Parts: sequence; structure tokens; C-alpha cells
Amino acid sequence: MPPDRAKIRLSPKVRLRADRRTGRCLLLYPETGLELNETGAEIVRLCDGTWTFGEMAQCLAQAHADVSPIVIERDLRAFLKALTDRGLVQGLP
Amino acid sequence: MTEEYRPYTLIAELTYRCPLRCPYCSNPLDHARHGEEIDCATWLRVFQEAEALGVVQVNLTGGEPLLRDDLEWLIQKAGKLDLYTNLITSGIPLTFERLARLQAAGLNSVQVSIQSSRQNESDRIAGTVSFHRKVEVMRWVTSLDLPLTMNVVLHRDNIGSVAELIDLAETLSVARLELANAQYLGWAFKNRAALLPTREQIERARTIAAEAKVRLMGKMDLLFITPDYYSSYPKSCMDGWGRRFIVVNPEGLALPCHLAHTLPGLHFDNVRQRHLRDIWHHSSGFNQFRGVEWLSDPCRTCDRRTRDFGGCRCQAFHVTGNIGATDPACALSVDHGLIESARDQASQSVGIPILLEYRSGRERPVERRSHE
Repeated sequence: MPPDRAKIRLSPKVRLRADRRTGRCLLLYPETGLELNETGAEIVRLCDGTWTFGEMAQCLAQAHADVSPIVIERDLRAFLKALTDRGLVQGLP
Repeated sequence: MTEEYRPYTLIAELTYRCPLRCPYCSNPLDHARHGEEIDCATWLRVFQEAEALGVVQVNLTGGEPLLRDDLEWLIQKAGKLDLYTNLITSGIPLTFERLARLQAAGLNSVQVSIQSSRQNESDRIAGTVSFHRKVEVMRWVTSLDLPLTMNVVLHRDNIGSVAELIDLAETLSVARLELANAQYLGWAFKNRAALLPTREQIERARTIAAEAKVRLMGKMDLLFITPDYYSSYPKSCMDGWGRRFIVVNPEGLALPCHLAHTLPGLHFDNVRQRHLRDIWHHSSGFNQFRGVEWLSDPCRTCDRRTRDFGGCRCQAFHVTGNIGATDPACALSVDHGLIESARDQASQSVGIPILLEYRSGRERPVERRSHE
């Protein structure tokens, strides 16, 4: 499969859940976790193995019509790259 | 309610029993004399009370947690509470079938410790034949698609094989590799002269680990944890006393760290007698070293005080005799000379036979030769 057709997904070690106290989105993985802000949570919910990077960017661009698609794509890539470097996300081209 | 003191992780020490006898064991020195373990009904209540306090992860550890035959049940109950469960184990004693049962119960990840990348050395340090079995257990873990952490406690004898350890972790498709230098408390403090590496050893290992970390980024999460003895500043012990972690020990004592009850003059409560929320917020032991108000000089006015909270209380006590002192690992501590002299001793004791005291119910010093 060409890399740009790869579906983006959370790594098997990661569990996504809401924090019962704050309502915020938590990414839990061995020994630690990340608390996500709203945008982060919106992105991570799309990392379910059904979307490619391009499809995710499109989807977010539709939801945020006031932001330039170029900016969205850039920020999305930076965010997913940071998660990929931590081994939390797979499939980023 | 303030979230400043919210526990995220419960460290559930299910037992002090363990088939291994590592000389840097983090259990208390007198663990063999401890009382009865709390039962599974009490653990379930601890999980519930911890979850209500904000805990989202539980580390099932020991001793060796596999020695509890109610482990499956405990994992299942933790999972029902939506807690992320980490099993922290030596891998002994375990069968593939039981591991599959633990996974079916909802286990989220497994950490296996090995003592060295070399079979004979690993077995010698563990005090029991275990290396091949541990490697096999790690293969089982990944074959079940369970996330695998490999943990190695580093000390003078095995720190030279960091490159081999990384190779082994790669071969085993480890998701996270912890190369953690021994923290010189408890048994490791007793055996410090035999275990503390030299500065050259630390630097060499750190360089190899840093290169591998970059190379393996995204594939393997690699942690290299420097011993406090070679850092200029102390670590924030447990992210701050009573701030992010609760330890419940095998007897039911709720603690800010796993050795806090070995410090003199502090009072800690038992989950058999008191609700965890009450202990967390109101017990004198948990409040003793919370925040920065209690700090004395030089911490009191130091910019780093909200980062390291004065460092480790156990280390302060072990090295200086004063539980309220600045962690002597800090270069600003008036007692830092004690750490420096331990380092000097480490660099001079090359090639001298050293007695290494093994952790076990019966104390059994074993002679071995320090090298390199």
C-alpha cells in the first residue's frame, strides 16, 4: 500500500478514554498518559484505522471552515508526528 | 477541589514474595518479617476508592504479583473500573495459558524485568535460573499482541552491555525499554559499594542509549534513567510527595512511595482501617512533605523547588540521617560531599572482591568479583 493510503490508527498499547473528573480526553499507555485538549481529542478520535492522513485533514477542514486547510494540514501533521515519535500512533506517511 | 494533589497511578504491591533474589531489590530490607497480605476483597475496595480519587492506571507489582492466584480476578475488576492495567513482573512463574487468561481478564500491558542480556550473568544476579524463561515469556507477550516493556536495572556489572540489551529488546519487538540505573535505597543502598558504576561507565551507556533512542524513535520508547549519584540535581521523587502516586503495600499501608514507611517518625495508615480518600487528603504521612512549604535551605528559595520538591526523602535519610534534608544528590546540598565520596569509592573499587548481599528471607552474602 502506498504510504499516503495508509490508515492512521492508535498503537495497540494506547487506550483512549474520558477522564471522569475533568471530562477531558486521556490517552493512556504503559506507565503514563497524556491529557488532550479539545483539538487533540478531535484528532485522536479520528485515529481509528479508517482514515488516511488526507481524509483526516479534509474532515477537520470541513469542521473548521474558518481555518485555512494549509494550516490545518500543517498542524495536524505536527501533532500526529509528535504522537508517532512517542509510539502512540501508527500509519503517518 | 484542587487537582494539585490528584493521584493518577495506583501502585498495587500485591505481595513481597518473589522467587528472585536481586541484590538491588526495592522491597524493604525487612520484607520477610512483614505481616499478612491483604485479601482480594480489600484490593477491590482499594481499586474503587483509588478510581474515585482520580486514579486511571494501576501497576500490579510486588514482589512477584504472579504469586497471587487471584491476579486474574483483580485485573478483571480493575478493567471494569476502566483502569489501565500494567503487570510488572519477573515472568516467573508463568505459563502461556495463564498469560492468555490474564489478557482475557483485560490486562493492558506487561513489563518483564531481566537482569542482564547474558544468560549466566542474568541468572547470577537474579539468584535463580530464569533468563531463558524470561525471554520466552517476552515472546509470549508479543505473540498475544500485548504491549511489552522490558525493564533492566543497571549497575556496575551489567551497564557495559547496554548495546546488547538494546539489541535483545529489538529482537523481541519490545514497545518500551527501560534502562534504569539502580536507585540506591533499600537493598541497593546496602550493596552500593558493589553496584554503583563509575562515571565513565555511565557516560558510555548514556551515549549508546541516546543514539539508539533517536534511531528507534516511533518504534521503541527507550528510557535511560541516570542514577541520582551522577546527576547535578535530584529527581522529583514520585513527581512530588503525595501528588500523583499512591502505593498500597502488601499489608495494606497506603504510602507516597514504596519505602516511605521505612522512614522514622512518620505515620502511615492502613486501607483496612481508613478510606483511601481520607488517607490521601488528611493523613499526617501524606501531608508531611507535600508541596514546598516544609522545605529548608537551600531548597526554600531555589528556583527548582517546584520541579524537584527537594528530591527523595529516603535518599536524604539514608545518606544524611535527616529525613527533612535536601536530597544530597543535589550539588547545592551541604551534604553533597557524601555522594561525591561514594562516587570516588566506586571509581576506586575496581577489581576488588566485594560482598554482595542477596535479598532473601535468609540473608546469604555471596562473594563475587567486581570487574572493569
